[in-house]
Amino acid sequence: MNRVIEYLIIAGSWLCGIVLVGSIFCIIGYLFFKGAAAVNLSLIFGRTNPIDAILLKKQVFNGIFPAIAGTFSLVVLSVALAVPAGLASGIYLAEYAQNSTKKVLSLFFDILAGIPSIVIGLFGFSLAVFLHKNYSDRIYPCLLISGISLAFLVLPYIIRTTQVSLESLPMQTRLTAVALGATKLQNIFYVLLPQSLSGIVSGVILAVGRCAEDTAVIMLTGVVASAGVPKSLFSHYEALPFYIFYISSQYADTQELLSGYGASIILLFLCAFLFLIAFAIQKRLCYQMLYRV
Amino acid sequence: MTKAFETVLEKTFFFFALASAGVVILIFGFMLVLGLPLIKGGLFFGLLTQPWSPHHGVFGIYQMIAGTLAIALLSVIFAFPLSLGCAALISVLAPPIFAGFLRKVVQMMTGIPTVVFGFVGIFLLIPIVREVFNGGGMCILSAVIMLTLLISPTMILFFSESFDRVPKSYINAVDSLGGTRVQKLLYVILPCSRKGILTGLMLALGRAFGDTLIALMLAGNAVQMPGSLLDSARTLTAHIALVIAADYESLEFKSIFACGITLYLFTTVLILMLRASERKEKP
Repeated sequence: MNRVIEYLIIAGSWLCGIVLVGSIFCIIGYLFFKGAAAVNLSLIFGRTNPIDAILLKKQVFNGIFPAIAGTFSLVVLSVALAVPAGLASGIYLAEYAQNSTKKVLSLFFDILAGIPSIVIGLFGFSLAVFLHKNYSDRIYPCLLISGISLAFLVLPYIIRTTQVSLESLPMQTRLTAVALGATKLQNIFYVLLPQSLSGIVSGVILAVGRCAEDTAVIMLTGVVASAGVPKSLFSHYEALPFYIFYISSQYADTQELLSGYGASIILLFLCAFLFLIAFAIQKRLCYQMLYRV
Repeated sequence: MTKAFETVLEKTFFFFALASAGVVILIFGFMLVLGLPLIKGGLFFGLLTQPWSPHHGVFGIYQMIAGTLAIALLSVIFAFPLSLGCAALISVLAPPIFAGFLRKVVQMMTGIPTVVFGFVGIFLLIPIVREVFNGGGMCILSAVIMLTLLISPTMILFFSESFDRVPKSYINAVDSLGGTRVQKLLYVILPCSRKGILTGLMLALGRAFGDTLIALMLAGNAVQMPGSLLDSARTLTAHIALVIAADYESLEFKSIFACGITLYLFTTVLILMLRASERKEKP
């Protein structure tokens, strides 16, 4: 083969690698260069005493604490909704389903995983409109609606990680308890689930990250720019990613813009942190989530 | 645990699996019902071909479809060689230390929130584009550059995984024949992982198609047929996000369900195509 072409290919590949690494370091470096100074307690709590704010004694007015609290409640809510359903479906798929049922169901989950998040947001919005018209005037797009929509968004990931980690257990582990007389359910609960816990947990952590960073869904289902700490499931709320989005187009002065950089750094750290934990727990199974399909 | 309990629990698992699958239909159903007035009036296909001009009571979405296609396809076209190069570095060409480093960086990239890409895009990329090309800065090019960075990690990890799946014996055969690393890549690894490359491409296309924030924040959102890289454009996803505030009895509002249905159908078709290609491979 022609030497020149060979060198060109090597050079081209290195160029790709350098461009990618370079641009990602540019992005992160730029963020830190501009925003590192903004990350401090007053970014989060404004002029309120942090302890008072966390105990919800006082409202925080010019800090991003309400946004963090909103994101936190959103994540807790949607993961709490998605995990039981996801686990149960994953267990069914891995342990009970016949081959043909499995094929059909996993096709559905693949489709669900592929639906763009804005479409799920649109669904959440229509759900709110539907409930408002037919059941109660009090229902508007709110924390609960966002929680449900986000739960739908991460459901396929949890199902898939549960299924894959159960299915990848070796035959020996699978058969020992059964050979000793355990029933199928005992086998699942006492042997298979504990054995595949690391995979399942890493899936859940990545689902948490996905909920924390998603903006498109919550944009349509009740997030607002200023609402304070969410008071109930039926109230508006603030969220960190939406705050960043909002600041990027509506900032009034450099101070606000700076808090946007600060919020970006915090969100970046939060997601990177979740990601590292999940990765440390379970390397292999994360691939499903990495592809984000 | 009694027998009855076992059966009840099995049924519960089954119920959840069924319910989770039902969500797919529920989402489609909701959009169909709310978009029904359009479909009934035979307006749906009209919408796909009409322009968007609310003042004349015309709410077509073909400019948005064109915007989506332009941005998604261009970013996949940019991201494909970039990803192929990086994946080749990780799996074959680079020394192990750099390959490991690159893999770590790419994995880290998948964890970066989309909104952070958008935020940095607005304050770092757009001024650069504005400076270099003398335009407004908010244009297809800016969105495509950021979207390329966003979808590349997906492709790189998928590619390098399918490169690594090439049987070891093939690799050893090339090595023992004295083939160079590039020959190994070109004549063995790439042909063997053609399927994986295609799948990765389609997944990335789905991701680019469904992305909202990058296009919303960087592409300018002007409703027009995109003519050049420096034109502003609006995608279907951004359109949904922008129109949602309208009165929800109006025809304008109904038209976003046409966008939703289009997006839904497109991604579903993509998944079905992936499935079909997997099935063909098996026997």
